[in-house]
Amino acid sequence: MQIYLPIAEVSINVFLLLGLGGLVGILSGLFGVGGGFLITPLLFFIGIPPTVAVATGANQVVASSVSGVLTQFKRKAVDVPMGLVLLAGGMLGSGLGIWAFNLLTKLGQIDLVVQLSYVVFLGAIGLLMLLESLRAMNRARKSSKPVKRHQHNWVHNLPLKLKFRASGLYISVFPPLAIGLLVGVLAAIMGVGGGFIMVPAMIYLLGMPTKVVIGTSLFQIIFVTAFTTVMHAVTNQSVDVLLALMLILGGVVGAQIGSRVGARLKAEQLRILLALLVIIVAFKLGLDLLIRPTELYSLSAGGQP
Amino acid sequence: MIRVLIIFILAAFPARAEQVVAGLSQNSIGITASFDGSAILIYGAVKRDAPEPTGPPLEVIVTLEGPSVPVTIRHKSREVGIWVNTEAVGVAAAPSYYAVASTGPLSKILSPDEDVRQRISVPLAVRAFSGPLLVEDARPFTEALLRIREAEGLYQLEQHGVTLVENTLFRADFDLPSNLTEGDYKVRIFLLRDGQVINQHRAAIPVRKVGLERWLFVLSREQPLAYGLMSLALAVFAGWAASALFRLIRN
Repeated sequence: MQIYLPIAEVSINVFLLLGLGGLVGILSGLFGVGGGFLITPLLFFIGIPPTVAVATGANQVVASSVSGVLTQFKRKAVDVPMGLVLLAGGMLGSGLGIWAFNLLTKLGQIDLVVQLSYVVFLGAIGLLMLLESLRAMNRARKSSKPVKRHQHNWVHNLPLKLKFRASGLYISVFPPLAIGLLVGVLAAIMGVGGGFIMVPAMIYLLGMPTKVVIGTSLFQIIFVTAFTTVMHAVTNQSVDVLLALMLILGGVVGAQIGSRVGARLKAEQLRILLALLVIIVAFKLGLDLLIRPTELYSLSAGGQP
Repeated sequence: MIRVLIIFILAAFPARAEQVVAGLSQNSIGITASFDGSAILIYGAVKRDAPEPTGPPLEVIVTLEGPSVPVTIRHKSREVGIWVNTEAVGVAAAPSYYAVASTGPLSKILSPDEDVRQRISVPLAVRAFSGPLLVEDARPFTEALLRIREAEGLYQLEQHGVTLVENTLFRADFDLPSNLTEGDYKVRIFLLRDGQVINQHRAAIPVRKVGLERWLFVLSREQPLAYGLMSLALAVFAGWAASALFRLIRN
């Protein structure tokens, strides 16, 4: 069964779109990542124009994040004050990122920067998480002593401290603000929600417990991607609502399955799975840069390069 | 000047003898939500005032051309070990779809100068649209455009795509892909003898989005903010509804 997408102007199988949405929804519920780093390349792969893929991907992430965050709220696994602080930094960073994006577009190198940042950030984060999780698992197996999750370092000596009850933290607002800012910049440049950077940053830099991290990440992703969706709709008119609807229908169901499965898995197992997934995507994108493409030329809609 | 005049007279004279009368299987194509490509049949007959002239046989060429849109062709090369886009050529307008069907190989039935004049073969039809080029040697770029679009089925050449019966009735079938660009699709029918066009006929098939597709497209262009907020509201509602539904199922 085919459906014609009015903005993307292509006809695609309905079940393919539902399945794609479902897959990304499961990941979203499982790991607290929006799935933007997967949905955008996947949409591109099935023949959706890149601008439509980025904008509609953002819209889909809003839905799966809302669905996921409501489940997390029920479990009291959302640190709202922390989410708001991250969001404040994120909005600022997003503005900076859009400025950088336009500059790079003018220079004609946005494609390369986007691809390289995917490879570098996904690869580095994936490897770090994998190594850390494996070490944590080994430690847990050797001794049943609880591992101290976060050490006190310079981060904890900054002024303007706030109590984040759900996370069990009493830290300065500056580290979360800075992380939000950095993620905002990267999110705007790479066209993703930024969960895959946010989640490890919250675990390893802020020392938040994994269970709270997922809900809090989803909470702030909703606002960042909602902002992105409306911006794309207004400036590029590239949001395809029918495409989004198909992805959402699959995605919301997937997100529910994901968060239920996630509740049964151990934190370390979750981290290892996310790490492996991130590494695979980074590896694939890196390979594309290194291997000689079969067709050296490519076409894109629109006039001037 | 005289030579041009002679060609003109030679070309014009037989035109009165043999004329195209053509029809289309569809007067317009509506793109609905379930649109999945479309087949179009172009048929016709040759009208004669006098008995059929002897000599070189009658040949028919039918072309179908989609609206022209700007396109950018990029070229990758290896820099510091990785493949990146280095050069780009902007083409002001290239047909989004172009198909040629004929009764035989174009090299046999169409003379090269007539091809240039009418811009019938795929490379000539596309080149006619290309605007000013910014790269010194743009040929590999335009060749890549042809190669990629041919591979995608957007540019087609069917050397035996026209069936001619009794030198009078002809038909040509075209398969339009599902990723159509909206606009008027131009049909041209050429009658040829000895490589020269002796008569031609033109028609247009409007291809338009209809119903929901039209409404959404127009809204996204004319009320982008409302459209964006609607997409957002849909996403938030769907997310909430799924969560509520699953809670209901579990309890």
